[in-house]
Amino acid sequence: MSQLQEVSVDKFKHLVSERALTGETMLLNMGPQHPSTHGVLRLLLELDGETIINCIPDIGYLHTGIEKNIEAKTYLKAEVMSDRLDYMNNLGNNLAYCMAVEKLVDLDVPERAQTLRVILAELERINSHLVWLGSFGLDLAAMSVFLYCFREREMILDIKELIGGQRMMTTYIRPGGLWRDVPVEFETAVRNFLKIMPKRIDEYEALMTKNPVFLDRLVGIGILEPAVALQYGVTGPMLRASGVNWDLRKVRPYMGYEQYDFHVPVRSEGDTYARYIVRIEEMRESLKIIEQALDKLPLGPVRSDNRKFVPPPRSELGVSMEALIHHFKLWTEGFPAPDGSVYQAVESPRGELGVLLAGDGGAKPRRCHWRTPSFDNLSVLPKIVKGHLVADLVAILAAVDIVLGDIDR
Amino acid sequence: MDKKLEIIVQALQDTFGVTFEEFRGEVHVFVKVENIIEALTLLRDKYDFELLSALTAIDFWPQTSPRFHVIYQLTSLARNLSLQLRVVLEDGEPHIPTATGVYEVANWRERELRDMFGIVPDGHPDLRILLLPEGWEDKHPLRKEFPLGYEEVQFTFNVDEINARKHFAKD
Amino acid sequence: MGVEQKLGNMGVVTTTLETVVNWSRTNAMWPMLFGLACCAIEMMAAQASHFDMSRFGMELMRASPRQSDLMIVAGRLSKKMAPALRLLYDQMPEPKWVIAMGDCASCTGVFNNYALVQGVDEIVPVDVYVAGCPPRPEALIHGVVTLYEKVNGQKLAEAVKA
Repeated sequence: MSQLQEVSVDKFKHLVSERALTGETMLLNMGPQHPSTHGVLRLLLELDGETIINCIPDIGYLHTGIEKNIEAKTYLKAEVMSDRLDYMNNLGNNLAYCMAVEKLVDLDVPERAQTLRVILAELERINSHLVWLGSFGLDLAAMSVFLYCFREREMILDIKELIGGQRMMTTYIRPGGLWRDVPVEFETAVRNFLKIMPKRIDEYEALMTKNPVFLDRLVGIGILEPAVALQYGVTGPMLRASGVNWDLRKVRPYMGYEQYDFHVPVRSEGDTYARYIVRIEEMRESLKIIEQALDKLPLGPVRSDNRKFVPPPRSELGVSMEALIHHFKLWTEGFPAPDGSVYQAVESPRGELGVLLAGDGGAKPRRCHWRTPSFDNLSVLPKIVKGHLVADLVAILAAVDIVLGDIDR
Repeated sequence: MDKKLEIIVQALQDTFGVTFEEFRGEVHVFVKVENIIEALTLLRDKYDFELLSALTAIDFWPQTSPRFHVIYQLTSLARNLSLQLRVVLEDGEPHIPTATGVYEVANWRERELRDMFGIVPDGHPDLRILLLPEGWEDKHPLRKEFPLGYEEVQFTFNVDEINARKHFAKD
Repeated sequence: MGVEQKLGNMGVVTTTLETVVNWSRTNAMWPMLFGLACCAIEMMAAQASHFDMSRFGMELMRASPRQSDLMIVAGRLSKKMAPALRLLYDQMPEPKWVIAMGDCASCTGVFNNYALVQGVDEIVPVDVYVAGCPPRPEALIHGVVTLYEKVNGQKLAEAVKA
């Protein structure tokens, strides 16, 4: 096991100002264990008093080797890794991975499964934004928001538990459709959630949106210009808060998103407050999408019946020899995928979540790269915190909405 | 292929003599390593590819010549197009010119590329280790010959034997 | 409270020193605010309104290791993070306990690869392992209660010897 080493400033010479070398400014470590870095992120700050002159993020404290691990598993088995990658957006990651596999092997998804996927992905978006809002409140010393948000989050987790039996890592979305059909209670549970949630969002807004302490700490802080955002590959709510209207659900609809009537919230200020507003609005839009999807939810199968790639349902195993053989073959050997690579992107709560999946003609992927939005969103941080106070850094970092599992992979 | 994309690929062919392949509706353009920066600049400035969505590599080991494909996944917001550029590299310690001058996002992505594949971006402004712990300089986990690093599974019959040589922490 | 005997209404309680010490340790055990990965979110959920871990004397998460008694290792531990985790553990004042929350902290769960420490018991001594990927908040609370049982069984003589 390697030991902690003392780091001299020589290593960072090209990243700090000359005053740091003479000791005129202070170098301060923030993290990897710090309550407001949202995980194990380390920031090396160069400070002149309270003012940040330079910020050097150091990531990799949660490097999990997921991409390597996926290469060692078959396509079906590798999916469990995707849940644990960005742990705030489990079903969204499943969706991205499954869509990549479906694109690679050319597999169709039945319509009911598509609609259910949309409902689940949007529920997960609300879930992710709720955790974000809760911890955002905590970082700005508003404890009650955290308690409010986690109360509603439990409702979403109950729905997930209802369908998948697990609170977070359901792996419910599978290549070719879903694991199984939703139970009958699903619709009531979601409708109940839809009924309660809008009022609850109003509650959060009543606590925060016009709160003078909040406005003082957020407005005009951490301004990101759209051109800079694109240079750094920033996507998602952060890009939309900078005035660029780019949402993959709208511009490149997948899973039938073109059928739903929703608008993409865009703000032009580009500051921390705009990011907060965009996310709150997104929660409301997601509720709209869920409602429309639930109204039009068609009947029918929830997974493709292409037995070359999709395991048969459990109920068939007892009665069909063929089904048993397919089940056995698919779960032990897996299916061969063609030698080629695809790139599939979906809109995750944090931005463009892309999966680059390359097959090698065999049962295991040659390469599975995750283009994760937090990685690029964080890389712009040094640019936007310059000249702000340390206390503002906490607000800015919270509003970037990073998930370390998403960054370090 | 999309009509709008066809014009762009045609332009790349005329300027750099690139080849391209299509797979599942995606266009992969193979660019020579010495032309890649010019190609990226051309695409960014003339054809509005503002966003470098992904920068990574694929290892084709045991095939060694060529061994790596470096992938530049580009997105154009203005035209709503996607294009993938690829650079083919040989075995060993291959070098690519850095794209940080064209897209800032390439900074961290190229550091990750060096960590994981040992592909060195020449002229990179800040080539420190990114994801791996200090001291991993010459081992690259995402190369195929790097072992996954597997821990033995403990069963009832060998649990004691493995526990005996396992390192447990002291107070 | 481990009351052995009550003497009328004189307001006097007799008990052993051991019980008092262990009682006070278990009823105000402050965990360190230290989340690594997915399990940290469930740890937050256990702290939040629905599960409310403060019922067990744990409403305070301390951000500093020097003020905390309990380290909940919530999530996977990478090799880069391992020295920092050990440093945090060393900074905690005695007596201290460790809960390995989740499969990753206990044995790396689904990730069996080069990047992770295969179980945090290689870095710090673990008192209670909580299974699950991630464990439900109830499971974490059960782990905490299990730890209390362990602490309540501790003898002072052993503590002095150690």
